[in-house]
Order: sequence, then structure tokens, then C-alpha cells
Amino acid sequence: MVKPRRILIKEEYCIGCRLCEVYCITQHSPSKDIIRTYKGSEVRPVSGIYFEEKGSVSFAIQCRHCDEAPCIENCLTGAMYRDEKTGRVLHNRDKCVGCWMCVMSCPLGVIKIDYEKKKVVSKCDLCIDREFPACVEHCPNEAILLVDEKGERVEKKSG
Amino acid sequence: MAKAKNIAEFIIERDEKKCIKCQACVRVCSNDVHNYDEETEEILSDNIKCVGCHFCEDICPTGALTIRRNLSETKENAHWTRDYIYKVVKQASTGGILLTGMGNDRPYKNYFEHIVLNAAQVTNPSIDPLREPMELKTFIGRKPDRIIYDKTRGKYILKERVTNLLELELPVMFSAMSFGSISLNACKSLAKAASASGVYWNTGEGGLHKDLYPYADRAIVQIASGRFGVNVEYLEKAAAVEIKIGQGAKPGIGGHLPGEKVSEEISLTRMIPEGSDAISPAPHHDIYSIEDLRQLIFAIKEATSYRKPVGVKIAAVHNVAPIASGIVRAGADFITIDGIRGGTGAAPVAIRDNVGIPIEIAVAVVDQRLREEGIRNQASIIAAGGFRTSADIVKAIALGADAVYIGTAALIALGCHVCQKCYTGKCNWGIATQDPYLTRRLNPEIGAKRLSNLLRAWALEIKEMLGGMGINAIESLRGNREQLRAVGLNEVELNLLGIKHAGEAW
Repeated sequence: MVKPRRILIKEEYCIGCRLCEVYCITQHSPSKDIIRTYKGSEVRPVSGIYFEEKGSVSFAIQCRHCDEAPCIENCLTGAMYRDEKTGRVLHNRDKCVGCWMCVMSCPLGVIKIDYEKKKVVSKCDLCIDREFPACVEHCPNEAILLVDEKGERVEKKSG
Repeated sequence: MAKAKNIAEFIIERDEKKCIKCQACVRVCSNDVHNYDEETEEILSDNIKCVGCHFCEDICPTGALTIRRNLSETKENAHWTRDYIYKVVKQASTGGILLTGMGNDRPYKNYFEHIVLNAAQVTNPSIDPLREPMELKTFIGRKPDRIIYDKTRGKYILKERVTNLLELELPVMFSAMSFGSISLNACKSLAKAASASGVYWNTGEGGLHKDLYPYADRAIVQIASGRFGVNVEYLEKAAAVEIKIGQGAKPGIGGHLPGEKVSEEISLTRMIPEGSDAISPAPHHDIYSIEDLRQLIFAIKEATSYRKPVGVKIAAVHNVAPIASGIVRAGADFITIDGIRGGTGAAPVAIRDNVGIPIEIAVAVVDQRLREEGIRNQASIIAAGGFRTSADIVKAIALGADAVYIGTAALIALGCHVCQKCYTGKCNWGIATQDPYLTRRLNPEIGAKRLSNLLRAWALEIKEMLGGMGINAIESLRGNREQLRAVGLNEVELNLLGIKHAGEAW
């Protein structure tokens, strides 16, 4: 199995600005333009990031893309699946029936529910469309980093 | 009138077309300037609380915020400017000393801006630093009067014992900023960058935190009037020791770290009870003369087995040259002179803005005096206080400094926008604060990289300037006043600086 790249959380440097969520939402919106996403008529997606805060400690957590993912094992319809090429755990909305077994079984509680459409809506896909996840790229204090399968930091190529 | 309002120094402009109401500004401002109203779904900003640190402006993802100076104008008056009027208003309502941070912001004559550099033309060739070797290596410490050596089988062996010197890859160091006045993450950034760039950082009077031990071989530790954090390990781990007599921002004034900033970590590092005020007296109560200073210098040299350079830091004041001469004769291996524009974490405005003399003149007269007395080789001169660019550094070295300390410039590299509110402990950039919400904003990995970048950039620029003058080593520039010319200075100033006016040939 291909091991996915993962997002490493450095909670000691999280400043609690929640810009990771802003950029996650923007990246998963139809226009991918920050002002259009928030001020236009588009339906705004839900961010794939859970932001936790207590006192001065805060951090952003997103799907860890587990090697043995309970959400995949428990999915009735196969909507939750592993992408063989990248090793990422992804979600197919067309197959999802909204049983929320994945939500129940996620050990980290990072799968969000769309209560209106009764379907699982949001989980981190490590930004399929781009080389580098939007949250990592825009974190102002490098509190979330991208690491490769060996745990070494992957930096965005400049330019 | 019973009440007079303070006016807002800044105005926050929010471009409603761009603001996406993400509330990042609301969450990050330590001064509670921005507030989100749940009912109206609007963000309101209270101008009067804004200190002009520009953190929200930097963090805003859409660039919707602009911080401008409030131009609310009092009647035009060259003498009673707005600043002075509102200082009186403030003091009339509080009855207290006005405090401030950073360096002097008054428009005193800036001599760096009246000095120009030379370049080689025709009669001597300039050097291209990209093609030819260029030496910026600098050694700080006592140098022997003459070099006595043996030559056997082509090998040179020094016969005289030379004290250890500090070896700098470029003549720039980070000046004394204590853990307490700045956050541990800021200290870590400075220490890491100094180690990576081959220069030195200074602990200030804050002791050496255990996390900084790995960088202690690049640390100059300070012994000041409060003697905070001084212990055997402190002296043994450091590269050099600096006795602090005075500081450019507040000559003649001590220090005061309020008890609320003395956290567990600071209390352990400074070796004082948690929550107690850390008060550094104005004078050292055991130093009332050059002889007393000599005792302390040699006590430290004994304690460190004469292996480490011991220096003395003073503020540049009227008598700086004779004092410096006394300090060198007292046995100091280097002398740090901090000019009127030197920074601080907290000082009374009246002191910061009015006491001391400019570093340009102080360095020139000290160098001149030590040369005249034939003791210049016995101690290195480190200039501090207001160095902004590589050109300032080149000029200071040509005026006689061995190296310079940068403080404010280093903090700016870490994010500081010189809002002068260090003394409030609410630094949004995570520098001059101990608040756990704020200190985490300074990631030392990023900080160290930015500082290293700054040093690298300045080193490149210094090499370019040296090359232009046809000089291939910083040693050849030291005290080389012929490379400097003044523009618009009077005879007294020219004499003190020891330089000629532009237009005068060699």
C-alpha cells in the first residue's frame, strides 16, 4: 500500500487564527477565490479541519489518513475508500447514504456531518487538486507542516 | 476641565468589500481592538485601543485592513506639536511617568546620513566580491602588543599566550535582550541564528535558560546590576562575559521586570521567586570607580580561568572617551558602547529621548582616544544603538568600531513593527511578551531563518561596499576614516568624527 503524505501538527506554534479553515473552505469551493467563496452566491463548503482550543493551547486537526482506517472498514456502501495511487482516504458523495458509521468509528472525530443533506460532507482530502495542501501553505506560523511517508518535511517549491 | 480624552493614534480602515468576516483579526489582537457583533454580524474596530503593530493587517487573508496614522490635527504649532500636547494630557490624567519601548524616536541629527563612502576609480582597482575572496572575519578581544613567534621547519608557533578571542563570520552580533524582556521563542530565534551564522548573541540580564544551553558557545552572557541568573554554569557555558553598566536607551536608569511577567521559567532562569519584581538597580552597588570595576573584571576572569573575554557595556554619554580609556585600563577585553538611539523594553520617555550622545560620535572619539593612548589593541570596540542597514555598519567600522550589535533590526526581522509598546507585555508578534497566547506566535524555526537571511544579506552588501573601495578585508576598513567623507557637517563635528568634508582629497 502506498503511504500518503501526512499533515504534522505543531500545536505549540498554533496561534488560533483559524486561517487554515478559511483556506480549506476556499480551496474546496467552486470558484477557489476567497472573496467569491465568502461574499458571492456560491454554496460555501464545510472545512475539513477541526479546530480545537482550550486556554492558550489550540490546534487544527484533520483526517490522519490512517493505515488501517476504521471509516473504510465500517462504510456500508464503499463510499469511503482508499485512493490506491496516493494512499489517501477519500469520500465519494454519490455512494454515501448518510449512515454516519464513519463518523462513529473515526478515532479522532475528524469527519464532519452535513445535517441538511444528511450526508457526510467534509473530510480532509489533502487537497486533491493541488500539489500542496492549502492549509499548510497558508498557515502563518508553520504550525501545520506536510511530511512525507518517512516523516520528513516537504516544503513547497518556491516560484 | 475634569476629563480630557486620549485620542486614537491610529485609524483602522476596513474595506467592507474585501472583509469576509473570518474574524482572524478579532482572534489575534491582544489589545482587543476588533470585536464581532453576533447580532449585526459586523466587525467593529476600536481605534483608540490600536497601538499600530500591524499584526491584524498582516494576518488578514484578503488584505481588507489598513492601519493609518490618525491625522486629527491640532492647530499648527511648530513648538507645541500634537505629540507634546497629548503627552501633557496623558500625564495630567495619570500623574505618572510616561513609559515607552524601543529606541529614541526624536529627530536628532543622524550622522550616518551625513557620511558617504568612497569607491576606487582608476588609481586603484575595485574588487568584485563575486569573483574574488572577501574577508569579513572579525576577532573580538584583547590582541597582544606585538606578535612574538618561532619559526621551525616552516611552521610558525606563537610564543606569547593570547587570550581566547571571539571569532565572528561577519562583524554583526545580536545585542543584549533578556529572557523576560523578550520571550523564550525570541531568544531561541536569536540564539539559533547566531549559531548558524557564526556570530554571537547576548543573554542580557535574564540568565541562560536551559533550552538555550545548546547555543551557549555562541552566547555572550551579561552580568548587570541585579546579578540575575549568574551562576557557575552561566559563566562556564558562555563564550564571553559582558558587565553591563549602562544602556543607550536609559543611561543612569536601572531595570524593572514586573512580577506578573516573572513566570516559573523566568524565575528559574533568573534565580528569583516566582511573581516577584526583578529590579536591577541603577548603579552596580559594588562599582563606584574604575578600580572597583577592575576588581569585578578580574573576579570574573579568575572564575573563568582567564579563558573568556570579559567586556564592559556602557551607554554613550558626555565623558565616554575617558571612561572607555579607564575601562580598557581596568582590564576589559572589549567595550560595548550603546548610543542614544539604543532600544529597550521599557524606559521613561523623558530619559530615552533626552539622555546620551549619538553612537557615530561616541565610537569615533573612543577609537581616537584609545589610539592616542596606545591601548587600542587591548580591547575591541563594539558599537550599538540604532544600526539599520549594512551601510550604517560599514560607516561605524570605518569610524573605529570592531563590530556592531543589532537589537531593533533583529526584532524587526522577527516581525516587530516598532510600535514602542514593549513595556505593556502585549506584543502581538510574540516578541516582548510572556503571555502564553502570544509567545507561541513566534516560531523560532521561522525566526532563526529570517535572522540568518538578514545577516546573509548584510554580509553580501558589506562585501560589495568593501569591493567598491578596493578593500578585500574588513580589517583594512577598521578605523580607515579616509574612506569616509562628510556632507553638511561643521568643523567641530568633522574634528570629532575625524573625517574630511566631501570634496577634500587625501
